[in-house]
Amino acid sequence: MDQARFPSPDPRTQVGQVAAAVRRRVLEHTLLHNGGYLSQACSAAEVLATLYLRVMRLGPSQAPLTPRPFAGVPGADNPASFTGADYNGPRAPELDRFIFSPVHYALVLYSLLIEVGRLGPAALAQFNQDGSTVELIGAEHSPGHEVTAGSLAQAISQAGGIALARRLRGEPGWVWVFMSDGEFQEGQAWEAFAALAHHRIGRLGVYVDANAQQCDGAMASVMTIEPLAARLRAFGAEVHEVDGHDSDALAAPAAAARTTDRDRPLVVIARTDPCRGIDLLRARAPKLHYVRFKSEQEFAEYSQLLATLREAAA
Amino acid sequence: MIETVQRPHGVNLVRWAKDRPEVLVLSADLTASCEADGFRDAYPDRFFSMGMAEQNMMSFAAGLAREGFTPFVHTFAVFICRRPFDQVAMSIAYPNLPVRLIGFLPGLTTAGGVTHQAIDDVALMRLLPNMTVLECGDATEVESVLDAAQAINGPVYVRMLRGEVPRLFDPGAPLRLGQARPLGAGGDLAVLSTGICTEEALRATAALRAAGLAVAHLHVSTLKPFTDPLILETIAGVRHGVITMENHGIIGGLGSAVAESLAEAGLGKRLIRLGLRDTYAHGAGRDYLLREYGLDAMALVRAAEDLTGARLGLTEAALTGVRLETLGTADKTEDL
Repeated sequence: MDQARFPSPDPRTQVGQVAAAVRRRVLEHTLLHNGGYLSQACSAAEVLATLYLRVMRLGPSQAPLTPRPFAGVPGADNPASFTGADYNGPRAPELDRFIFSPVHYALVLYSLLIEVGRLGPAALAQFNQDGSTVELIGAEHSPGHEVTAGSLAQAISQAGGIALARRLRGEPGWVWVFMSDGEFQEGQAWEAFAALAHHRIGRLGVYVDANAQQCDGAMASVMTIEPLAARLRAFGAEVHEVDGHDSDALAAPAAAARTTDRDRPLVVIARTDPCRGIDLLRARAPKLHYVRFKSEQEFAEYSQLLATLREAAA
Repeated sequence: MIETVQRPHGVNLVRWAKDRPEVLVLSADLTASCEADGFRDAYPDRFFSMGMAEQNMMSFAAGLAREGFTPFVHTFAVFICRRPFDQVAMSIAYPNLPVRLIGFLPGLTTAGGVTHQAIDDVALMRLLPNMTVLECGDATEVESVLDAAQAINGPVYVRMLRGEVPRLFDPGAPLRLGQARPLGAGGDLAVLSTGICTEEALRATAALRAAGLAVAHLHVSTLKPFTDPLILETIAGVRHGVITMENHGIIGGLGSAVAESLAEAGLGKRLIRLGLRDTYAHGAGRDYLLREYGLDAMALVRAAEDLTGARLGLTEAALTGVRLETLGTADKTEDL
């Protein structure tokens, strides 16, 4: 990773700085547009930063810092269509691939890509603008996205197909999938894990942002998926449950998995706090999925918080 | 006598895939039922059992296709088009991936009842952008549809036939994408048939011609894109109108495609759609079902009478007399 961008050589410090910057950027954006997926930044910032800085082996971005405009949907008569995978580097047998599943986290991923230097800071000005690829709910043409994943739990199966294809070609690179815990309510997620185990797909790792939140509120009140770790183990996965804000704990299972020949998928359940770093959010619980400010006073409180966070980072 | 071919897809798939290492087969616990057992045994490294989990199978196939493989998904048509419709739409059709969806037991070809009878599959697949829809009508088309499908840059849905399949068409005349087969010319009325209905239609058209009607007949195997100019030319050239005949509901399939084309071309011809009339069917024998739901040769005769106003006096016995035969007496027990 870009040394000039990260004065500290300590990866844990780097992840902490990037995660804090992601939260600030998403908060700033939420204030600017009076709306945003703010709690997803709170829960997932360290998970995504750890993936990009400490877990995945990616080459440098092949994509422009300023996102390309939408070039039309894929089709036989549209050779101009593209995916946003080139923000994650070139394809090569030894390099890893990143599959981003819960695409309503798109704002968090765009912000992360900016903080790690793969996307220009001006890109967020295109967020949710007509004709832009920096879409509200990410699609495969959006920066950092590779597959169409918005119908949840389809990405894990697609990643399985990609990993199987790479094994058939003898490629050593891994496929990493970022998922949200809510996706495990979909039957397809379990079909996918059954297939990954049955076909002994080893070089596939899944990081789950287990923030216990979904659109209707707390997952425990909507449809519980617990005990998630035990369920996944029963489906044949190697499962680690870690503090999702502890970069060392997040990175360790992946490092260990790299050293062995494997015949099962790796899952890291990142237990996260959907209000981490922005305690003001706790007052809105259990409705955290999308934040739109309810009053001028609330807006002022969050504006003050952003100023405080900026001062702390300076 | 029409030749009858046993398991033409099963035999052809093994031959056809031999020197195509990019071709994979995915199956959802219906491997022999979809005649993929020969492929599985010949190329075990390219065969993947995905279990009864069609949603995952579709997205998995998409992942494989993104990496340059060509997955041929084998299962019953109902299990391609209904349960995993979202996965077919989002994982496969939106990214225009070269996944080949090989759907068995079209329409009333199974005694398996409503859960196994695909009467809506053509409609569902036609409405997906990027999707090509092909239907096999005989052994020659079964043997040539893989070439047609593999040449397409994008996903393809194939309505496939299994088991004992008649050979209506010369093996030297393969299925060609976007080209209907002219099976007769005439200026009174046009018949457009697809799939197994063409065999029934051939019985009726022979009787209609014998009764003095000039019948144009086209067999349609490309249901989408529906752009063959021969179709509108043929319909424009008949006096009384057109009858479509499909082993499918009358909404969204061949009859709908013809209606759309006629209307857009401003061609004011009457259209009679033979097919399931907004109804489900039930489990029973094929001949019984075709008769009960108005998809047999007599149904076409009645439609021709309606269209022309003629009273032809044709009886079941008369139609049996021109029966093309060979629809065999093989074992009727199904492998569901």
